[in-house]
Amino acid sequence: MALLEVKNLQVNYGVIRAIKGISFEVNEGEIVSLIGANGAGKTTTMQSIMGLIPIKDGTVTYDGKVINKIPGHKLISMGMSQVPEGRRVFQELTVYENLVMGAYTQKDKKKIKEDIEEICTRFPRLGERKNQIAGTLSGGEQQMLAMGRAMMSHPKLLMLDEPSMGLSPLLVDQVFDIIKDYHKMGTTVLLVEQNAKKALSISDRAYVLETGDITISGKGEDLLNNEQVKKAYLGE
Amino acid sequence: MSILFDGLSLGAIYALIALGYTMVYGIAKMLNFAHGDIIMVGAYAVFVTLMGGGHIALAIGLSVIICVVMGVVVEKFAYKPLRGASPLAVLITAIGVSYLLQSISQLVFGAEPKTVTIASLGTVSLFGATISVSSIVTLVIGAVIMAGLTLFVKKTRTGRAMVAVSEDKGAAMLMGINVNRIITITFAIGSALAAAASLFYLMQIPSVEPTLGSMPGIKAFTAAVIGGIGSIPGAMLGGVMLGVIEKICLSVPVLAPYTTAVEFGLLIVILLVRPIGLLGKKRREKV
Repeated sequence: MALLEVKNLQVNYGVIRAIKGISFEVNEGEIVSLIGANGAGKTTTMQSIMGLIPIKDGTVTYDGKVINKIPGHKLISMGMSQVPEGRRVFQELTVYENLVMGAYTQKDKKKIKEDIEEICTRFPRLGERKNQIAGTLSGGEQQMLAMGRAMMSHPKLLMLDEPSMGLSPLLVDQVFDIIKDYHKMGTTVLLVEQNAKKALSISDRAYVLETGDITISGKGEDLLNNEQVKKAYLGE
Repeated sequence: MSILFDGLSLGAIYALIALGYTMVYGIAKMLNFAHGDIIMVGAYAVFVTLMGGGHIALAIGLSVIICVVMGVVVEKFAYKPLRGASPLAVLITAIGVSYLLQSISQLVFGAEPKTVTIASLGTVSLFGATISVSSIVTLVIGAVIMAGLTLFVKKTRTGRAMVAVSEDKGAAMLMGINVNRIITITFAIGSALAAAASLFYLMQIPSVEPTLGSMPGIKAFTAAVIGGIGSIPGAMLGGVMLGVIEKICLSVPVLAPYTTAVEFGLLIVILLVRPIGLLGKKRREKV
């Protein structure tokens, strides 16, 4: 059964229809990518799933429940978590405090401490900078922090919006390695990326989003070899 | 010496009110111009309780409860429907709520000022100066409340959530924080502080009228802007500064008639030199 199922999703910005009725699903244990160019509606899709922007029409089902009407903050304790576009770490809080914020829905204080330790081991840079103000971190470090923070709530479904944006190739590789790690640990992943090549290479399945419509979908490796995708998104 | 004490205690009153402005601004990004009138509501609550023969402690309790309920109700019915509306619409609504509260109290209590009789606490000699006990009480309790608030924001889960919401509502929601609930709590805390301020205010000027909240409201708002709107320590600093300056000006015969001008002049100078206020934080534009 699909963990996340989006059916005929429509989102408007004023009178402009940004998402024109798309449907896709993410099955438990999968890595699924939404790829597409700037302005295709990837971030809009991600934000509307979490209730950050209102849905015009369609249904979003998570774990068998329709979640359109559920306030976004309740979705976190239901096991959804999102790393937003642009990271959006709390600039004025320290690395440690950011991670504690990520555990807002968690009650067990001892477990929170252990989780933070675990993240500091996984991201040694964050460990070294535990008491540093997050706004002073580099872009790569902020991305690591945003990912660590999103994992503090122990999500079943981790959604990442453009995690490689603005990062050097080396850091992009690191980010994707971490996504694979989290996936191996049993987290289902929905990934939105402009870096189509990277995204497709780790994805079970992928959807191509073009100006608010899904135009192509299929297995990650198939899309990597799809002529249309190659031409438009892989620069080959 | 006694001027300094009076100034500090007046400053504590301004600071308590300024905190309400600054916290609401920080969290809901709106200027709640009806905040001053919450003080008026609190003052009438004290007045009515004392008139009815109630004990001062009962008056304080009722004042806090009524102000909190009032603050939360105003937020729910006047501001919440406007979330996401243009800041101007919210601002005008706040001014409307302010007039509404003033008009209601005028209908109920009449326009003429009424005297509130709070037992005088007398004066004490301290370091060779005569200081009113009410000043000391105001200063001490004010300081305790502010210290408590600072601890609350820094140490509690709700306090940290408030910091997160003030920085980025969307990201806060993604942490599982109920943003609307945090906004309501903020209004409740701001109103409780206003209730405390109203009592201290009555200890200094024992008279209530429907427009009672206007002047301290504006002064405290000025204090919040001087300190850096959105900054909690800023509101405290701005409030205390303004209180001390006001009392010093009033004590100098030449300056006394121009006290208010000096205070607002200070605001203008500070805004010219440091537009974000003394302790305001520069916010980087989000890309």
